[in-house]
Amino acid sequence: MSISKKSPIIVENLRKKQMRESVSAGKRLDERGLDETRPIEIEVNVIKKASGSAWVKLGKTEVVAGVKVETGEPFEGLENSGALIITAEVLPIASPHIEPGPPDEETIELARVVDRGVRESEMLDLSKLVLVPGKIVYTIFVDCSIINVDGNLFDATSYAVVAALSSCKLPVFEIKDDKVVDTGRTQEPPITTTPISVTTVKIGDYLLLDPNIEEEACMDARLTITTNSKGSIVAMQKGLKGYFTVDEVKNIAGKARTTGEDIRAKLQELIKLGK
Amino acid sequence: MVQNRSLIDEKGKRTDGRIIDELRDVKIEVGVINNADGSALIEFGKNKIIAAVYGPREVHPKHMALSDRSVVRCRYHMSPFSTDTRKSPAPSRRETEISKVIREALEPALILEDYPRAAIDIFIEVLQADGGSRCAGISAAAVALADAGINMRDMVSACAAGKVDDKIVIDINDTEDKEGGADMPVAYMPNLQKITLLQLDGELNSDEFNRCLEEAIRGCLKVHEIQRSSLMEKYFGNEKGVKE
Repeated sequence: MSISKKSPIIVENLRKKQMRESVSAGKRLDERGLDETRPIEIEVNVIKKASGSAWVKLGKTEVVAGVKVETGEPFEGLENSGALIITAEVLPIASPHIEPGPPDEETIELARVVDRGVRESEMLDLSKLVLVPGKIVYTIFVDCSIINVDGNLFDATSYAVVAALSSCKLPVFEIKDDKVVDTGRTQEPPITTTPISVTTVKIGDYLLLDPNIEEEACMDARLTITTNSKGSIVAMQKGLKGYFTVDEVKNIAGKARTTGEDIRAKLQELIKLGK
Repeated sequence: MVQNRSLIDEKGKRTDGRIIDELRDVKIEVGVINNADGSALIEFGKNKIIAAVYGPREVHPKHMALSDRSVVRCRYHMSPFSTDTRKSPAPSRRETEISKVIREALEPALILEDYPRAAIDIFIEVLQADGGSRCAGISAAAVALADAGINMRDMVSACAAGKVDDKIVIDINDTEDKEGGADMPVAYMPNLQKITLLQLDGELNSDEFNRCLEEAIRGCLKVHEIQRSSLMEKYFGNEKGVKE
């Protein structure tokens, strides 16, 4: 059951007031402009045991993503597609407010929203990852470990998945005598586009991009929009008990497109450097 | 997503015979659960969904209570027989996410400060699913909340729009959801003109996006009419809300 609760992060009333005043003057408490995202750092292939991996820092939020490839049965109804499974876990090392245990609804939402952005963009051409149609396909796991929480886990995790997939080398499997064998060779993944997630939050009447944890503790509503390389919107998720007007949504969609373009270029450059 | 057959024929008719800006048949019956403080049964196409509201009532366990407002607890659940292949009764990750987004879609409409230290429980049971069940569930739950007499700022009405065969259509059905291009569920407070739920999967360019959003809101307004008349029907005995 989904239950309304208070943020575990406590921001004093004086600090909240200071934040509102600062935001209404167009500046955030960490000196950023309202549309300014935090610096992104990406290191790829940090985990040698994985087929692909990325360590992403978005400000002080840090996420490690790893790609593992197996073979298995296709999903029901998607007999001629490889299977893509994206998971996310906020580790207990990441913040004093996280306890070990089964994922809570926020973590489930996080994993599902990140998955939706990558899946709906059709970043990987899954039809190219079939061994025996209807029977055996590549199963690609992208598991994300959030290791430090400082706000905007949605975008940081999404960038980690995109970076890990873009830089991975898939093993080449073959069927020999009705058995799957790993040939030991690798292949480039069938990448078609680079999905970029951009999260905007609303504090009072102001819209802020890429919130840090303090801003998240004060936000009324959140909207995550993922765009593909063509600039089309492929996925969206509103969160929290605030609301948006139609004009605000259109405004946010426009920013998600332009900011998404900048971040996409940055991401592609960082991935290329690390490859 | 694979588009292997045409979902809109040359006459502009969809797989279920509707035109592009037509809702499925929607019927809402208020006060269907005797024990609940408020309830509603919605039939939205083939969807059959009951929403029941209990509360405001005491919070158990007590430490979950909030001192300045009521907590809202929401469960969206599908019965095992509601889908083509049996659905395990255990809550899935999908249901967990939907429970959360539905709660967040309804909370803005509730004046929770009027009920400090209390809980308002919303249970949405999908007896038969037909695509668009989260929207139908929200619309039913909002009516159930009104039926329970919870103080509200506005009604919440929900409807999806999407892209099917490169056309923007409202109220996506099951087939269109699985085979079509994009699905955008929206929940809307019709008098305050605020969006309280917004999701999307599928590709839309900038122009399609704007049109889709506007069409979804038009669908919400149509649903609102039906919600309103169902409540009028229960409390005044006729759809116009005039005491005879």
